[in-house]
Amino acid sequence: MARRAIPIAAAQPRSNAFDYLSTKKDELVGWARKFSLFPYPFVTACCAMEFMAVSSSPYDTDRFGAALPRFSPRQSDLLMVVGTVTHKQAPILLKVYEQMCEPKWVMAFGACATSGGFYQNYAAVAGIDRIIPVDIYVPGCPPRPETVIDAIMMLQDRIARDHHPIVTETF
Amino acid sequence: MLTAALEAMRERLRGGIGEVALVRGMLVLDVEPAVLLRTVGDLKAEHGFDLLLDITAIDWPGRTPRFDVVYHLYSTRHFLRIRLKVRVPESDPTVDSLATLFGAARFHERECHDMYGIVFRGNGDLRPILLYEGFDGHPLRKDYAKQDEQPLVRYRR
Amino acid sequence: MRDPIATAVMANPVRSAFGPGRDGQVVVNIGPSHPATHGTIQVIAALDGEKVTRVDVHCGYLHRGFEKECESHTWTNVIPYVDRLNYCSGLINNFAYCEAVEALLDIQITPRCRYLRTLLSEYSRVADHLTCVAASLMELGAMTAFLYLVMIRDYIYEHLAALTGARVTYTYGRIGGLARDLPEGWLVRLDEILVQYEDFIGRIHGLIDRNRIFIDRTRDVGVISSTDAINWGFTGPILRSTGVPRDLRKDAPYLAYGELDFEVPVGIKGDNYDRYYVRMREMDESVHMIRQLMDALPAGPINVDDRRCVLPEKHLVYTEIESLINHFKLIMDGPQVPAGEVYTAHEAPNGELGFYLVSTGGGMPYRMHVRSPSFVHMGGVHRLLEGYQLADVIPTFGSVNMIGGECDR
Repeated sequence: MARRAIPIAAAQPRSNAFDYLSTKKDELVGWARKFSLFPYPFVTACCAMEFMAVSSSPYDTDRFGAALPRFSPRQSDLLMVVGTVTHKQAPILLKVYEQMCEPKWVMAFGACATSGGFYQNYAAVAGIDRIIPVDIYVPGCPPRPETVIDAIMMLQDRIARDHHPIVTETF
Repeated sequence: MLTAALEAMRERLRGGIGEVALVRGMLVLDVEPAVLLRTVGDLKAEHGFDLLLDITAIDWPGRTPRFDVVYHLYSTRHFLRIRLKVRVPESDPTVDSLATLFGAARFHERECHDMYGIVFRGNGDLRPILLYEGFDGHPLRKDYAKQDEQPLVRYRR
Repeated sequence: MRDPIATAVMANPVRSAFGPGRDGQVVVNIGPSHPATHGTIQVIAALDGEKVTRVDVHCGYLHRGFEKECESHTWTNVIPYVDRLNYCSGLINNFAYCEAVEALLDIQITPRCRYLRTLLSEYSRVADHLTCVAASLMELGAMTAFLYLVMIRDYIYEHLAALTGARVTYTYGRIGGLARDLPEGWLVRLDEILVQYEDFIGRIHGLIDRNRIFIDRTRDVGVISSTDAINWGFTGPILRSTGVPRDLRKDAPYLAYGELDFEVPVGIKGDNYDRYYVRMREMDESVHMIRQLMDALPAGPINVDDRRCVLPEKHLVYTEIESLINHFKLIMDGPQVPAGEVYTAHEAPNGELGFYLVSTGGGMPYRMHVRSPSFVHMGGVHRLLEGYQLADVIPTFGSVNMIGGECDR
């Protein structure tokens, strides 16, 4: 998971009714969040071609509510790291990730973002999960648009099943 | 047709600059570092090689001088290319910059400096271009290990 | 592996050439993670109001160590890396590299291979120009044009996937020929796509060419003169937009270009509008060339009959010991390329794409250098940006078509 949920310490023993209501609340919030993903396309390399293809008419991520990119990390919740991240780019990636607000998810789009791809040298970071936590890895060099859609749907399932504490100790 | 044009250019250069070899459809000239700027200036002004294509280097670790700095020029009038090779030693890898003749030289020389450590006298801006501030070493040298990473961000795991 | 390079809060990978504060000038950082600069590029711009007075361009954010990587792979294993240089037109990179190695091996490719490589190069050129025009139009707000062009590009990708197995990074060229021949019905589908292309491009022309907004934003913006362009190393559509009709396909024909009938479109002013229009016309010329090549495509083998670099037929590998050993040595050690050096250049969609290979004999390159047009253009792009408005940075960058993989290698 991209972030840790901090549960509220209950003032009194939790009843079944409370559990039922909070599960329903989680389902509702999960449904809303999964169908309104605002991606931040952190685009670097060749995978950009497939990212453009998956966002456009033939494949269309708009069907999943995930088409509208927000190019400010403050306004987005899905960081799609599309392409190779090099050591020169790594501080920028970390800064963008840290500027995003909770809840946020990270998609490692493509082989280079997942593991460095076939660039095993001084320049490329061998997978962005060495720098930031990743929720879903999309294999392929570059991945077919169908693979990306599959990944978005898997991520949506995870968001739907997730625990969504709306009010936490820190908020 | 190309061979005829190449031979004609060789004749012209023989009179002006010196003996030019012909290797796989390309004119190749070995140049001493001291006369590089003058030679390139002559090629540009009198023989029509007005487009600087490329500046790169090759590392021959067993050999002295160690580095070959390689220039490729193109003539937009005669449609011919010429390759210039300058040998520089490891102890003093300095060569004149072509930035006064060609604007295109600046980025090429920055990259060559980044990758090999060749110093271009006269190019005031040799900041890292493909690498980053704080990178130690010159990766394309044969003694730099390919997987010697220098991360800027601390790894999570 | 070493410890991270020490910094206080966050490492700054670049050092700017100038700082803020002189005469109240504002310094703005654009990129390297920016929606509208297609690719990882950082432009540090000093502004006077809205006008850009000075620009410092930083590339290298996609430097993936291609040249170092190639020194530890066989000549054939380098081909996937070469694909990912200009990833919008992967086939052209393949063929330019293969031609360089074939020059070192002194191989003449077969006529069918020559024509097919030309056809696929032009097909890739169309895909690249479609991407460039689509992206720059999208940045100017023409979302519909983007969707039309990406639709056609997707047909091309699917079609090339039917031939090569991949949509974007094909790895289709081989030293001595190609990976495989055309499948059944490929040329029929190609004809259909070209007809659809003409329909879609007609719509783009209708939407964009005489569009007041587009003309206002691109005419007389990002102007460069031809002498400046040559001095700063520009080639390709940017040089042609200034009026200089330099095109390697005409000036020093390679592959089958000498036998084709086509024009070299040139611009008049060297501004963004001219670069857009030169690319549109080049796409039309490419389609014209593809049609000629489809008619003239000769029959015959795809690969040269040379055991030094071409894998033997599979049925021979399984039955004959010589073919088995040949196959094994080619895969494990790579083709043994004689010592020598070569520089081969093709006319890529961005300009002159050159491969400088140095071989010391053996199956792996000693030195592999790519003369990438995008890198050189980044060295000169400040001439296009300085003196114009901040908002003009985006269309100008779009028209330069900087491809990160090629620029930073």
